[in-house]
Amino acid sequence: MSIESQLSSLIGDLPAGLSEGVALGTGLAEGYDYYESAIGPVVVTFNPSGVSSLDIIDGFEERFAERYGKHLIRAEAPPAWRRHIPEAIERGAPGRLPVDLRSVTEFQQDVLRATATIPKGEVRPYGWVATQVRRPKAVRAVGSAVARNPVPLIIPCHRVVRTDGHIGNYSLGGPHLKQELLEHEGALPEHLEELASRHVRVQGNASTGIYCHPTCGHIRRSKTSNVIDFKRITEAEEAGFRACKDCRPS
Amino acid sequence: MDDLAKALATDLDTAFPAVVDEMGKKLFWGLRRICGDHQEAEDLTQETFIRAYKALDGYDRERIMTMRLQPWLWTIAMNLGRNHLRDRSRRPTYTELFETGASDPEPLDGVAWDRRLSSLNRHQRTAVVLRHVVGMGIEEISEATGRPAGTVKADVHRGLARLRTVIEEEK
Repeated sequence: MSIESQLSSLIGDLPAGLSEGVALGTGLAEGYDYYESAIGPVVVTFNPSGVSSLDIIDGFEERFAERYGKHLIRAEAPPAWRRHIPEAIERGAPGRLPVDLRSVTEFQQDVLRATATIPKGEVRPYGWVATQVRRPKAVRAVGSAVARNPVPLIIPCHRVVRTDGHIGNYSLGGPHLKQELLEHEGALPEHLEELASRHVRVQGNASTGIYCHPTCGHIRRSKTSNVIDFKRITEAEEAGFRACKDCRPS
Repeated sequence: MDDLAKALATDLDTAFPAVVDEMGKKLFWGLRRICGDHQEAEDLTQETFIRAYKALDGYDRERIMTMRLQPWLWTIAMNLGRNHLRDRSRRPTYTELFETGASDPEPLDGVAWDRRLSSLNRHQRTAVVLRHVVGMGIEEISEATGRPAGTVKADVHRGLARLRTVIEEEK
């Protein structure tokens, strides 16, 4: 056999995993892997731009197909941010983890970025988020943006509560999980419900003259005897209190 | 090949996996014969396709329609080297869930040919592999390697002559 024809037979099969690697590297497919969280195991999807979704495992593939319509491949997250994923889930903030929010509108991205600034153990009403994105009247639109959060837990939409102070609904598996998460984070959901039932929106500290959202660290640390309940922000203002600069009540 | 370019121009995302299927074997095994290392060839193949996809994503329809995909892919591959793989740490990596057994059957005599090919200089080895393993024409190789067609032709010629000598010496 001639050298030329021997050389032409030196082609074998495509190595296993190569087309999957290309699909993941181009973002034509999303990778997914499992992680632990306060509400049990969850599945996280990612592409070269960042983490793109988080969901509970039961029924995940069907929901993913319906919402994103992309091919899924079991994969390991990129090494550069592999360890940031469990951290972000635990802290309830993206931190250094890149998050791919291209599946929602720009307005919704703004809402989610504002949501991501709510500290662990605290909650804010939808109206507060609306004020943060400079659309104070768009409370309903904020509500649907939060409901469309592709990365719950990492962007802590469970920390956004109804304007009347009640805990409200949760897209990730229902309201009981929201309750559970807030409990886990020390946001005292039962106390919040109790305040909501008395229509308390903000609380003031009589000795500092500052009013806060009820979960703000400043009011939490105040002596109980100093805490005054207000049903409206205007009520607090009229009583001569000023707004806390950390939790920026609105 | 032209059908593939047409399909890419129409719907890049749908057609691209077919490009990998169609051209992946030759690209991988060509690179494998040129660089002599399985892992490096695999990385280079993957990287070449990923860059190709990104480039195509930015091209307009007309441009993609008239492309000659094979030499173009090889131009990308040849421009990539070990040092260009730093992007890899930012990319998801495939988890093999099942052992797939015969995933990478080395063609018959592969090891012997690696040894023989390693006695060629870089240009000769590239030219011989692209011409006779991958099956590209002299013009296409010239396009992919950026070397004049006459030089490529001479590289192939001298490379084959060298291989004949090496094989003769084995006897």
